[in-house]
Amino acid sequence: MKRAAFLLAAALAFQAHALAPGEGAPPLALSTAGGERVSLESLRGKLVYVDFWASWCAPCKRSFPWMAEMQRRYGERGFVVVAVNVDKQRADAERFLKATPAAFTVVYDDSGRTPQAWQVKGMPSSYLVDPTGKVLLAESGFRDERKDEVEARIRAALPAR
Amino acid sequence: MRRLSIALAAALLCGCAAYAPPQAWEKQYLARPEMQFDYDRLDAKNVQHVYVSKEGAGGGYGVGGGGCGCN
Repeated sequence: MKRAAFLLAAALAFQAHALAPGEGAPPLALSTAGGERVSLESLRGKLVYVDFWASWCAPCKRSFPWMAEMQRRYGERGFVVVAVNVDKQRADAERFLKATPAAFTVVYDDSGRTPQAWQVKGMPSSYLVDPTGKVLLAESGFRDERKDEVEARIRAALPAR
Repeated sequence: MRRLSIALAAALLCGCAAYAPPQAWEKQYLARPEMQFDYDRLDAKNVQHVYVSKEGAGGGYGVGGGGCGCN
């Protein structure tokens, strides 16, 4: 009985757990539409903004111009946006991207394994990963009032000019 | 008989455990407009606004408080 209660508590605790700042980033190795392999290891040394999005998610659509702006502003200082699409049908993502062009790296995971590993709790979810692979910031949802704060965190994590 | 019914109930309840709520990235069908409770978002907001005003209560669904119907 005690054992069962412990297992239940452990299961609940595991479910409630979300990726927190300070933890190591879970693995991410996916391909772009062009077949180019993108992984966190290949981006070591860069400040990476990992964003999980789907075509059916309205705030995701609003986040795209902002992510493009961040990529444009800080790209040359070693900042990379990697947007992970989680649509089950690739055509849905393609339709979305036609209407909302992405000026940053987009990779695809229709298996759900990557968002599972990253313990994504809402859409969109974004994580700022430092050059050593440690999570600096975990954001759930995209809100206009958080933009400045997140940009400040990006700027603070980049090497000073 | 009793043992059989317990076994049957257990088997049935085990089936319930197979239904996990959809994960955040699995809600593509739930996010569709036809899956919403309200027919029209603007209309739903208006109905909610009138309801809140009539009740004389504050807040509710992103509409500013008050009971005068003027907000």
